Amino acid sequence: MGTDRLIRVALPVATVALFLIAWTVYVRTAEVSAFILPTPFQIVVAFIELVSDAEVWRHAMVTVIEAVSGFLIAVFLGITLGMAMARVQMLEWAFKPFIVCLQLIPKIALAPLFILWFGFGLESKIVIAAALSFFPVFSNALVAFRSVEPGDRDVFVMLQANPIQRFTMLDLPTALPVVLAGMEVAVVMSMIGAIVGEFIGGNEGLGYLAVAMLQELQVPGLFAVIVLLTLIGLTLYTLIAQLRGWLTPWHASVAGKTRDA
Amino acid sequence: MTTANTADIRILGVGKTFGQGESAVRAIGDATLDMQRGDFISLLGPSGCGKTTLLRIIAGLERPSEGEIIVRNRSVWENGKRSAEATRPISMMFQEARLFPWFTVAENVALPLRLRGVSKAEREERAHVLCETVGLKGFEKVRPSALSGGMRQRASLARALITEPQVLLLDEPFGALDAMTRDTLNMELMSVCAKANVTTILVTHSITEAAFLSDRVVVLAARPARITEVVEMPFERPRTLDLQRNAEFQDMLLRLRASLTGDH
Repeated sequence: MGTDRLIRVALPVATVALFLIAWTVYVRTAEVSAFILPTPFQIVVAFIELVSDAEVWRHAMVTVIEAVSGFLIAVFLGITLGMAMARVQMLEWAFKPFIVCLQLIPKIALAPLFILWFGFGLESKIVIAAALSFFPVFSNALVAFRSVEPGDRDVFVMLQANPIQRFTMLDLPTALPVVLAGMEVAVVMSMIGAIVGEFIGGNEGLGYLAVAMLQELQVPGLFAVIVLLTLIGLTLYTLIAQLRGWLTPWHASVAGKTRDA
Repeated sequence: MTTANTADIRILGVGKTFGQGESAVRAIGDATLDMQRGDFISLLGPSGCGKTTLLRIIAGLERPSEGEIIVRNRSVWENGKRSAEATRPISMMFQEARLFPWFTVAENVALPLRLRGVSKAEREERAHVLCETVGLKGFEKVRPSALSGGMRQRASLARALITEPQVLLLDEPFGALDAMTRDTLNMELMSVCAKANVTTILVTHSITEAAFLSDRVVVLAARPARITEVVEMPFERPRTLDLQRNAEFQDMLLRLRASLTGDH
């Protein structure tokens, strides 16, 4: 057991270390220009420089606000519409074509249009983030609120539960694990949406900063921005995963993890 | 009604057809039966004879195509709608335990009281007492996933009993359990039903189980689904597992088997 745990920690550390060493050796021996590919050490230096700049944190805040706002809008709309369509068959028949078409359009391609409609400020990026993260929440909610088993419904009918009780004690807890799984995907999509929006237009956010770094040929700085974006994405994802553990502790996906730890 | 309604449950000419026209399937036809308070009857038949459908109609989970179900002088189906009043004294146990993983065992057992707006303190106390009755003492705080199949059905039984029902409907609740657990639970079920004087209907395809538990066994046949015979079980109560070795009981099993297969 003790050695098992040691190997579980040591092995990933070893592979990552090996990867970084191979990277450094390659850059040094092949004499790759720092404008193309800096060494991991140069990136670390650039990263420390980046995060000690207050201006960078302002940019980071902007990106987070865009992504999180877009995500929350997507969660609200996705759950509401998914739930409504799961309940009312007519609604699904009526609106499913629109939603499927919307999903088939590569929404990144709509980004310039949103900039045109909503301007260069935060709003357009929020809309892009929401558009990208809507579908995973919606489609999971639609499936989730459908997946209540008829036998479980029978129990609630026999117990004379009213519609509100049935919703809070049966439909909602049944749906939550699947809805939260959709939200885990969606929160990552919302970051992508915010960054793409910043690439295209505007003068703030980490996406904008990345483009600026590229134009100044500060390649280690560009890598540092990517690292920062990754860390922010990881934090958001972890928050949702935590929320899942907190809201649905009974679910196999959560129970398995806690047993592991 | 032609006679005074002394019966606890009356099944009056109940029939059920699924589908329409060419593809219509007759699930149950013209079932009529009266039950007195405290009666224990079994619906015995091969799969596809509509016994579960009949039970679901009595429970108000399935609408009958014709006929009427009267529980304590109230019609379960009024103008095609399930009557909350008539079905209130009914509890039902299903083939699966149907416990909810987001509740602990005690919360599952107490769920019927919670839905009726009973205070937290009272329902916790009653759930505790019932958990003890069905042999789940010490498991109140665990989640259903930690229980064995037999213990889950015990919890399900406790949930069915916590409202102090007057009518208990059982849809092969112990069918998936091993023979020993099944015997134990059947014994407990019998004593609980006798003590509380509940009118019980059990759906089963086990001849032994039906004969052992029931006052009367209703034999059903498939295609067309119908009641073929109602057989009295003249064995004294309280019954013990020894009864199953009794010659009279063995004869009764043969008689029921003959009735099931249709050779008289």
